[in-house]
Order: sequence, then structure tokens, then C-alpha cells
Amino acid sequence: MAITKDDVLNWIRDFAQVIEENHEMLTNLDREIGDADHGANMRRGFKAVLEKLPTVEDKDIGTILKNVGMTLLSKVGGAAGPLYSTMFTKAGMTIGAKMEMDLNDWAQAFEAGITGIAKLGKALPNDKTMLDALYPAMNALSESMGNGASTGEALQKSADAAHEGMLATIPLVARKGRASYLGERSAGHQDPGATSTYLLIKSAAETWTDC
Amino acid sequence: MKKLINNPEDVVKEELKGIELAHPDLVKVFYDPDFIVRADAPVQGKVALVSGGGSGHEPMHGGFVGKGMLDAACPGAVFTSPTPDQMLEATKAVDGGAGVLHIVKNYTGDIMNFEMAADLARDEGIDIESVVVDDDVAVEDSTWTAGRRGVGLTVLMEKIVGAAAEEGRSLKECADLARKVNGQGRSMGMALTSCTVPHVGKPSFDLPEDEMEIGIGIHGEPGRHRIKVESADKITEMLLEPVVEDLPYKEGDEVLLFVNSMGGTPLIELYIVYRKAVEMLEAKGIKVVRNLIGPYITSLEMAGMSITLLKLDEDLKKLWDAPVKTAGMRWGM
Repeated sequence: MAITKDDVLNWIRDFAQVIEENHEMLTNLDREIGDADHGANMRRGFKAVLEKLPTVEDKDIGTILKNVGMTLLSKVGGAAGPLYSTMFTKAGMTIGAKMEMDLNDWAQAFEAGITGIAKLGKALPNDKTMLDALYPAMNALSESMGNGASTGEALQKSADAAHEGMLATIPLVARKGRASYLGERSAGHQDPGATSTYLLIKSAAETWTDC
Repeated sequence: MKKLINNPEDVVKEELKGIELAHPDLVKVFYDPDFIVRADAPVQGKVALVSGGGSGHEPMHGGFVGKGMLDAACPGAVFTSPTPDQMLEATKAVDGGAGVLHIVKNYTGDIMNFEMAADLARDEGIDIESVVVDDDVAVEDSTWTAGRRGVGLTVLMEKIVGAAAEEGRSLKECADLARKVNGQGRSMGMALTSCTVPHVGKPSFDLPEDEMEIGIGIHGEPGRHRIKVESADKITEMLLEPVVEDLPYKEGDEVLLFVNSMGGTPLIELYIVYRKAVEMLEAKGIKVVRNLIGPYITSLEMAGMSITLLKLDEDLKKLWDAPVKTAGMRWGM
């Protein structure tokens, strides 16, 4: 089965809804170790994405994702803006002008997006960043694909791994971003960026479960 | 939350409208993307200075746009870095053919957004140099953090380099000067109270009545240490000693001493701190030959203050004294 451009649109719309429901939780996490704006910024960004989508909904997956990326870049601000923007833009560039993709295409796009984030943010695993949810999700996805799992199963494994990665940020001492200024005091708090990226991957798994 | 606002989401837009109405002789304001440029921009043949950052630090940066200081400022949402499209459009609007200098405070988001804007502007044929300000000695272990934050020194850098650009120095000379200022200026801040970001609605951190945060940044992020409130003299020592030791500033040095309010601390208290700081510096043989006292780089309504020292030479003194005409700083014209 394939993931069509309509599935991709549904995923983005679903994630926008997830952000709408969780923006206060994300901002509260950021209030503890950052500057209390992650939920508000993501909400502003994905509201703008929802307004943008109708102008590109007939286009291919690559164009849709690149437009999401450009919209986030100009609306989110902070560090999350460029990082999320890079993930969507690189993923879109990797998939290119396809109206549907298979899981392998998605895995490559996902990896390109994550590589883009790592390059821009210069973060390493266990720095207490969104990468701590993304890397496990990427590894679980490719492992499941190697085991011949269905699209739905592989995406669910990926989301489960992101969830574990998100929880694993709690004891970490932050070494990137504003939380790093807290030093040891950043331990004991869940990273807001890892949390929103987990929600993004979970949303894909739930939206594409029958693809 | 008790604030003089309307809809929290309109705070920055309504502030910009106010600035536009109040200072038409100094600035022009653009919307979507949002930025402020000096009224006579672009000034042909002059290096242009562009800075920006989250809102909530007023008068920085919008209040420093005008003759002798910034050519443009890009305000983000409160405590949130502005976006690359803002910096790109601002850069294009002020480019007078001699290049544009981006002054960037060292925060992850600011660095990334300015970097992307600089790339886009270079792509359009504009000569860009970027200088990062990272003067906060409260961030001790910079190998394992995002590095020292840009705080009080930003104000002094914008004034000094603005004067240099005004007198016709080249882009490279302006960038080198900015790096020199960054190399010989250091800051540290503290908070007596937290602050409340309008769209969050509750304080950025909880601080008991009898405690204070030492080593805060300017975004309501908690500091490194939380201790019982002390006297003004003790607090001044706690901030000034690490600042002096860091460079280090030595006997015979001439400095500019900048005592800054985080927004809620009144001038009466800043002068008490200034008095103690001068006494301490004099005892070390360090001469305070220029000063700046007041709310210049704030964190909304936070009570607290920061101390910045900048080592001066004849050139820096001359540039500091040069005329400036902005909403937030004005002398000599």
C-alpha cells in the first residue's frame, strides 16, 4: 500500500489539531527549563500551515512538505522554527514530485529531515533535544522494515521508539538550547522539543495506519 | 496576570503601531514581516546595522533604531527569535551599498534564524557580516551549553558600532570593531522576581518572596543559583566580582560601567548598585570613565538588574560620545 498526498495532507491537518490540543502542555514543559514559548510558537506555525494547505493541496508530496517547511520558517521563530522547517523542507526535497510514496520513500525522507536538523542544530544524541526522540524513531522504522513489518506496524514501532526517547530525555542534563543554561537543574524535566516531535511521529502512525 | 494589554496575541503589533505613531521623525515601521528601519533608510554609502530578537526587552532593539545606532531592528514574538524573512526584508530595506552588519545575540534560535537570513541576503548580492554577542559570564561551562548568552553588552555594541558606521567605516572595520567590543565586555544579571509572558499568562519561573536568582539571562529563564535575598552591596559584589575576574579587568583599566534594570527595578536602586560598583572598582584601581544607568535591555516587568563592564580605549570613548538620536538613547544632537 502507498501513502498518498491526501494521506500526507491528513497527517499535517491531524498534527495541527494535536498541537491545538497540546500547546499548553508544551509551553508548560518549556516554562520549566526554557522560555515558555514552544507550544505557542508551534500553534502559531501550524495555524499558518492550515491556512497555506488549500493553495497546495493539489500538488505533489514534495511540494506540499516544502511549503509546510517554508511556512513554519516564517511563522514559528525561536529555534523550533528553523529546525521544524528544515525537517519538512529536506523531507519534501527527498521525496520530490511524487503523488504517492511507499514506506521506503518515507524512511529516506525522514532520515534526510533528521540529518538536516542535526546539521543545523549541531546537537548530539543525549543532548536533551528533539533528536533524542527522532533518532530512536528512525532506527525503529528501518529495523521494522528490515523485519518485513507492514506500513502500519513499522510506523507504530517508530512512534513507540519516539515515545521512549522522549521519556528518556527526563533525566538528561541539557547541552543545547536555552535549557543548557540551567546546567544540572535541567535534569528531571522532559524536553519540550522531543515531546512535540514524538507527537508528530505518533500522528503519522495514527493517520497512516491503513496505508 | 495583571498587564496593560488587549489580546495577548496583538501585543507586538500594537506596540509597533505605538512606536510608529510616536516616532515618525526617527523610524518607519513595516508589517508582515515586521521590522523597524530608521526614517532616512537606506543611507547610501553607509554600512547598515541590523539587529533583532524576541520582544519584551524594550527599549532594545526597536528603541535603538536611528541616527548613530541601528539601521533596522526585527522584533520577534515576546522572548522568541524573529524569523529569517524579517531579517531578510530589513536587510534589503537598509542596504545602502556598503554592506550590512548583523548583530546577533548568542541564543540558539537567534543564531539559526540570522544565519538563514544572511544566506538568503548574500544570495541576493548583499555583502553581509555577522557578529555574535556572548558576554554573560553566568554561563560557566560553555563547552556543554549553547555558549554564553548575549546580554547587556549588546546595547553598548550597537551604540559604538553604530557611531563607527555613521562616520563612514567599512563593513569589515565595523565587524572587527564589534568583535573587539565583544572581546572586552562582560556582564552578569540577577532577578528579584520572575516575569510573565503575555500569551503564557503565568510567571516564567516561581520565585519565593525571600529568594533571588543569580545569573539569569534576559528571557525569564531561571538562573544558575537560587539563594536568599541579600543587601544591594552583597548582590553587587556577587555580580561584579565574576565579571571583573573573567576578562580580567586590571588596575589602570578605563571602563564603561553599565547598570541595567531588568524592567521592574527603579532607578533609585540602580544608583545604589552603581555607587557600590564604583567603590569596588576604584579599590581595584579600575577607573569608571563612562557610564550608562537605566532600563535598556529588559525582561518585561522583571525586578532585578545586570552589570556590564566594557574596557575602553580612546577610539571606543570617542565612538561612545558620538551623537546618537534614537527613541531609547539620545545625546549630542
